[in-house]
Amino acid sequence: MMKAFNRDDTSALLQVRDLSIALPGSADRTRAVDSLSFELKSGEVVCLVGESGSGKSMTAHAILGLLPRGIAALPGSSVRIGGLELIGADETSMRALRGRDVAMIFQDPMSALNPLQPIGRQLAEAIVLHTERRLRAADIDARCIAMIQSVGLPSPAQIMHSYPFQLSGGQRQRVMIAMALINRPRLLIADEPTTALDVTTQRQILDLIRNMQCDRQMGILFITHDFGVVADIADRVIVMRHGKLVEQGQRDQVLTQPSSDYTRTLIDALPGRRAVNVAMAAGEPPAPEAPLLEVTGLTKSFVSRNRMFRPARMVVAAADIRFSVHAGETVSIVGESGCGKTTLGRMIMRLIEPDAGTIRLAGTDIWRTRGDALRQYRQQVQIVFQDPFASLNPRQTVGDAIIRGPLAFGVPLADARARAIQLLERVGLGAAALQRYPHEFSGGQRQRIAIARALSVQPRVLIADEAVSALDVSVQAQVLALLSELKREFGLTMLFITHDLRVASEISERIVVLQRGQVVEQGTTAQIFGSPQSAYTRQLLDAMPGKNLFANPGGRERIVARQA
Amino acid sequence: MRSLIRSYSRHPSGMIGLAILLAIVVLAVFARQICPVSPWDSTGQPFMPPDSPGFLLGTDSLGRDIASGIVHGAGVSLLIGCASTLAAVLIGIVVGASSGYLGGRFGELMMRITELFQVIPAFLLAILLVAILTPSISTVTVAIALVSWPQLARLTRAEFIALRDREFVHAARCQGESGLAIILRQILPNALSPIIVTASLSVANAILMESALSFMGLGDPNLMSWGYMIGEARTMIRVAWWMSAFPGIAILLTVLAINLIGEGLNDVLNPRISRR
Repeated sequence: MMKAFNRDDTSALLQVRDLSIALPGSADRTRAVDSLSFELKSGEVVCLVGESGSGKSMTAHAILGLLPRGIAALPGSSVRIGGLELIGADETSMRALRGRDVAMIFQDPMSALNPLQPIGRQLAEAIVLHTERRLRAADIDARCIAMIQSVGLPSPAQIMHSYPFQLSGGQRQRVMIAMALINRPRLLIADEPTTALDVTTQRQILDLIRNMQCDRQMGILFITHDFGVVADIADRVIVMRHGKLVEQGQRDQVLTQPSSDYTRTLIDALPGRRAVNVAMAAGEPPAPEAPLLEVTGLTKSFVSRNRMFRPARMVVAAADIRFSVHAGETVSIVGESGCGKTTLGRMIMRLIEPDAGTIRLAGTDIWRTRGDALRQYRQQVQIVFQDPFASLNPRQTVGDAIIRGPLAFGVPLADARARAIQLLERVGLGAAALQRYPHEFSGGQRQRIAIARALSVQPRVLIADEAVSALDVSVQAQVLALLSELKREFGLTMLFITHDLRVASEISERIVVLQRGQVVEQGTTAQIFGSPQSAYTRQLLDAMPGKNLFANPGGRERIVARQA
Repeated sequence: MRSLIRSYSRHPSGMIGLAILLAIVVLAVFARQICPVSPWDSTGQPFMPPDSPGFLLGTDSLGRDIASGIVHGAGVSLLIGCASTLAAVLIGIVVGASSGYLGGRFGELMMRITELFQVIPAFLLAILLVAILTPSISTVTVAIALVSWPQLARLTRAEFIALRDREFVHAARCQGESGLAIILRQILPNALSPIIVTASLSVANAILMESALSFMGLGDPNLMSWGYMIGEARTMIRVAWWMSAFPGIAILLTVLAINLIGEGLNDVLNPRISRR
């Protein structure tokens, strides 16, 4: 198959010159995007990479004229598509352009689709809006069905009549792609289209976008924060930071020999690059003694009744889960969304009651403990939640949040305070954080606060429930490093719940793979990565973004071969 | 606390509300000094229009000073409004928080009891209670409190249900905090701003209800109140508009001031808006 960027096409499809966007006065910097210039040829996939707040989404929105109210591109900026200047173009011509020449896919397909209209109607609207002459309903339907089929959705006729909530996340994103491509645009802007998806779904969507791009020779501006995704899909890469262009170049060159330090830091921060051996060196081999935390036969199912006279829907979150964690070990629970890994963490915390099974801490069954015994148990097992914005009380000072735990366990106030200051300093925030409120901190800092809070009651076991998933890669790497340092210092045992195998490989000694509430496979990290036994584990490993490039540079052939 | 006051002082409409309310409070506290004349004494000619010598706001059908009535009535209105709302907020938070946090059968039972109060028209119930208990300032307060707590209870319950499964509440449970501590320290502060705003509206509502009860002759017979004045004036509105207009304006200003304060508090208590 022909490689897209080899096409003899010198004229740029998209030309961005000196694009600058001012931010309102209260923001932390004056410009969201600062004199950014780049080009995109037709048939080329350009990845715009950067951490949150780097201005990459702002750039995409500026191209389509979709900037938030009160924010506009500064004079001197220029965005041209096929020679047509878009900055300052009137709303009518922009409207004609959007959805016909330029289409966009968003991160969250649930909020980008109208929840009250069937898929077919939404697709048909995209056709009708951009066609001059009247079309027959049957023709529109035929085109919609063909499009749905081409994005690989099963039974297109049924999808036409479905509502967005009836589809899965991956299916919704396929619908979004169908809608974006139905008028055969020349340029597709994809704003983090796979960030909200599971790895295996992400792999399928990336393959789909690549395939469609090859078929139609369109240009794609692909916005992402994940260098793994970049490695899989990009022809060229543009790295942004604080609204400025840091580096641009061919994919392999940027990924393997980045010219700027910032790009190098980002690539090095990618989890899983430091690989298995780091984790192995950090921990001692599991001792043959009795396990500290032991879970046997844990079962839980949720029953939801959505309508009268309909059979209740039953979701199995845990089916006979069995594993154990030895003192001083880090064990990762890995699985895709809906596999029951979060429920498992909460059952161990006794926030959700299991239907059956036992959870033993140091030999004591804690399933039916109540009152004081349960409190004593919770002092020994602590949890760090996924979303640091939801897990801290917005109306409570950071100091109060950390001090409350020890106080509840009878530590005198002065000691609890001293401990809180010590912990805050240890996680890199300092005593000044004590009096401040959570909203004054960034995501990474908040997660550090949550870690300090969990450690304030001096637990033996720390459960980290997707504790780094909501963070930027560079912050993610810092928090992971902090966690493994703390683990050594405090002699913690860690249960690390994650969907990201790369993260799991970096931090854990053993991995438990979960699928639909069942343990599919468990073993040491080296075993799981080196010789996975179950088909599902292999599938997960296969779907890891950027695996090929970082394993063997120039590994693009594999994807192309798969398309053929 | 100091920073709360500082950011409230930067809230323009909240400060206007506070200024009006303070003025009314000053009127109420220094009523005897400002208007030594008893509002019940006939000191002038009947139906003297406003701006008559000695009677700034005119006199009523018995020659009583309207200005004196307004000054002396302020205390009654404010006292009943605040006391009854305070009682209603307390009942509402206890019922709403316990049924929202604990849920289950207990929560359902509490809600059925709340509905029992809600299905009876509030004003009729208040009339009934005052009539049975014989009108006095305390019975009027109790009656108004008893009819106004259900909406606060429902609001509190809704907020608690929305908040009780949030991660920071789970985190507090994992930290070993007791149920009461979680209710008071974790959930209540986050639920408080809609409760405060509703409570401030409720003060205004209580003042109106007291006025309405007095208007119907069910107020405390020993105390001059704005509602009583309007009730007395209602048959004479065509000959002496000032008799009902001035107490009406007094009620309007008080209710407006309290609403503005409620709005200001709502903005200030939200840490994402204030105290950057």
